[in-house]
Amino acid sequence: MMSPAPAADQNGSHLSILRFSTAGSVDDGKSTLIGRLLHDSGNVYEDHLAALEATAKKAGSTRVSLALLTDGLKAEREQGITIDVAYRYFATPRRRFILADSPGHVQYTRNMATGASTVDLTIILVDARTGVIEQTKRHAFITALLGVPRIVLAVNKMDLVGYSQDRFEEIVADFTEFSAKLGVREIKFIPVSALEGDNVVERSGKMPWYGGETVLEHLESVYIAGDQNLVDFRFPVQYVLNPNQNFRGYAGTVASGLVRVGEEVVVLPSLAKSKVKSIAVPGKGVKGAQIPEATSRDAVVIQLEHQIDISRGDMIVRPKNVPRVTTQFDAMLVWMGDVPMDTATRYIIRHTARESKAYISGIDYKIDIHTLGRMDPAPLASNEIGRVSISTTTPLFVDPYQKNRSTGNFILIDPVSFLTVGAGMIIDRGRSEGAELEDGEAAPNLHHEVALVTQRERELRSGRKAVTVWLTGLSGSGKSTIAKAVERSIFDDGVPVYFVDGDNLRTGLNKGLGFSREDRSENLRRAAEVAALMNEAGVTVICAFISPYAADRERSREIIGKERFLEVYLSTPVSVCEERDPHGLYRKARAGEIKNFTGVNDPYEVPESPALRIDTAAKSVENSVEEVVALVVNRASL
Amino acid sequence: MHLPSHLEQLEAESIYIMREVAAQFERPVLMYSVGKDSSCLLRLAQKAFYPGKIPFTALHVDTSYKFAEMYDFRDRMAKEVGLNLIVHRNEPALKDNANPYELGTQRCCALLKTGALLEALKKHEFDAAIGGARREEERSRAKERVFSFRDKHGQWDPRSQRPELWNLYNGKLAKGESMRVFPLSNWTEQDIWNYILQEEIPIVPLYYAKKRKVVVRGNMLIPVIDSDPRTYQGHKVEEVLCRYRSLGCYHCTGAVRSDADTLEKIVDEMTSVKTSERATRIIDFDTDGSMELKKREGYF
Repeated sequence: MMSPAPAADQNGSHLSILRFSTAGSVDDGKSTLIGRLLHDSGNVYEDHLAALEATAKKAGSTRVSLALLTDGLKAEREQGITIDVAYRYFATPRRRFILADSPGHVQYTRNMATGASTVDLTIILVDARTGVIEQTKRHAFITALLGVPRIVLAVNKMDLVGYSQDRFEEIVADFTEFSAKLGVREIKFIPVSALEGDNVVERSGKMPWYGGETVLEHLESVYIAGDQNLVDFRFPVQYVLNPNQNFRGYAGTVASGLVRVGEEVVVLPSLAKSKVKSIAVPGKGVKGAQIPEATSRDAVVIQLEHQIDISRGDMIVRPKNVPRVTTQFDAMLVWMGDVPMDTATRYIIRHTARESKAYISGIDYKIDIHTLGRMDPAPLASNEIGRVSISTTTPLFVDPYQKNRSTGNFILIDPVSFLTVGAGMIIDRGRSEGAELEDGEAAPNLHHEVALVTQRERELRSGRKAVTVWLTGLSGSGKSTIAKAVERSIFDDGVPVYFVDGDNLRTGLNKGLGFSREDRSENLRRAAEVAALMNEAGVTVICAFISPYAADRERSREIIGKERFLEVYLSTPVSVCEERDPHGLYRKARAGEIKNFTGVNDPYEVPESPALRIDTAAKSVENSVEEVVALVVNRASL
Repeated sequence: MHLPSHLEQLEAESIYIMREVAAQFERPVLMYSVGKDSSCLLRLAQKAFYPGKIPFTALHVDTSYKFAEMYDFRDRMAKEVGLNLIVHRNEPALKDNANPYELGTQRCCALLKTGALLEALKKHEFDAAIGGARREEERSRAKERVFSFRDKHGQWDPRSQRPELWNLYNGKLAKGESMRVFPLSNWTEQDIWNYILQEEIPIVPLYYAKKRKVVVRGNMLIPVIDSDPRTYQGHKVEEVLCRYRSLGCYHCTGAVRSDADTLEKIVDEMTSVKTSERATRIIDFDTDGSMELKKREGYF
């Protein structure tokens, strides 16, 4: 859409920008409203208008159809071209506007979410005759989900209900009741007739009972500067500028909060501390300008006092206000891929300037987009929304989306097609949603205690790196025997070590897990998490699990970290194992008493490149233990 | 805390996009078309990486039919900024004397612009090409992504574009695929001029009003190029005070009557302008939806 500038715009370079989106179907008069907004604010080119007048004349009408101004996309829709969001630009003497218009019903959730992700305000249209309907609620829900701070409910077609104040107030009451639980900060109700032009740009003489602003007046004056989170300083390092030996600067856009020269900062994930030496913004000219403080959305280059190894994806924050450093979080997820979500796929996750691999490790519930109720968990298909748990292979530095739109969002990318398949909003874990919605206070100092001792410090103190030996192999291959002997040997060397197997996990932590494929997989995931924690605490771990599936072992490797994870494959032939049959399990499996028994009626996926391969049929326990201990000693050295 | 002016917001966004390109791609290229949008793009790239150099190669896809002032300006800027500038022409087509008079503007463009561009991108294995297109410019661009995906043949498929949420740009590519990136997506023509004024960005003198030889055809002023008789043969040549709102090949670019001979006057003129910028590009009048067609084929 072309936009000629209004004549009064003499001060063009000092206007603020309001980004807004519109929701509502063609029947609600959305195109007419946008057309009216552009036309009455002087943002339609003369030649475009002349064309519309000619069209009207041809149709034997004296009335110009303003809807046609935005219906350029209609033709494309008919051609089968998907348009998720079309952006329009216009201006008044008071403000610049960027309108994200999401047409189409087919991909509605996806399109609306995309449009809403960047806006300050959403106009939701309601037909005064039908009032608040299911679709209105859906629009409001998605708007709230994407964290848009304010809604304008434009009650349209007031001319068709006789400009009735009672009808308007009925709709206001309906929507107010419904929206109370959404947590949208500001809701404004405006009675309009887009067709007649009432209360869109010009005030209406037909509704003397309404003394409020018109739609444009509201868009021009609504206060948005307060939307930015100025408390929690988050600076994702986007690009390192290192043009010569004398200059090392970190380029990026301040995601939230503010920072001043001289302030103490800490870098995630290294936890290195330093002070801000300088902040440069792109002032006039190529060279930019030095400034004393930078705030949210500033594209800056920050220099620190100390030489620290920092790369893209790291985050600079204040030592007493750090985000959650985590590989596990819950999120509301909008699925956008044509292929439904798959919990076995390792997606690529983009969060701030950081990238990692991610699994969808759990699905809590799905939203019924019609009733907005919760449905039983099932993988999300295209345009579905649900609450999920995500686990990543490297830590992300996250804040709840409700507190921080910039550090609370992420996208999922399909690892094969590279399409963007999911958009997520991080939820504060362990807290009820109601509490989040009402909670407006600054982000608490969640993981300060974690930040005080670094992994490196722990390792330096103990003089070694803690590792995890992961023994995998058939039942009867000798895992427990070797594990226990290795534990003894390492312990005798004075090194903290602990043996983890199904027995000590299933009696406590994993009580309640059965032996279905899912439960066995979850058992292994928890074992890996326990091993990772113990490793972090400086304890070497010996794990003994049949762990027959390569995918499960791969996940363990990712949870524990590939430097620490030592896969030891006991390749003892099944015939030998069956002969040993220490617990009589093979016999039961052969008799059909145990289903899905690895080696008998369930496959064992042989590791492709284990750190060590031992056939206990050919090697003594003593020699086997020696080999494993040597591997641990070798890999534990700093 | 001050709310940044809208130009500062747009500038910060564009710089963010420039840095994303530098971080996400291996062989990015900055499309330099010599026009006002390119001039802004160049300035933004300088700012994004200062005190470092622009980490992109620059590419000018030349049709050989640009105005002489454009070639002079291009070479001067490349030197001043220290650009690593590649100029690429579709030489075989030029040898065959490709021109819009015989081929029509569409075919000529397909050969000298689209064809040459795809050839250059392929030859140098660029995986991302940064262009100065703006969504406001033309109807079919309103839905364009900031990171616009192109398949192995350099083609744009409106059905396979990736959703863009927040400021998370997905630049993942398989071998042979590429991305077009538009850091000026949210700028309007007026923003460009205000920025040029505020930043004192050098632009080709053709943008300033001057008496120029033209052929008057309706509202359109067709430039007369002395060295190319096709531009004036059989027509009445007049001297008209005019300037160019947008620049392309001289066959296909119209001038507008104007006395705006300073940046201030141009900005003033822009605040009262009632027709669209691309109305001065003869090229867009070929067929309805011609931009859409060209984009699908790989044009910027």
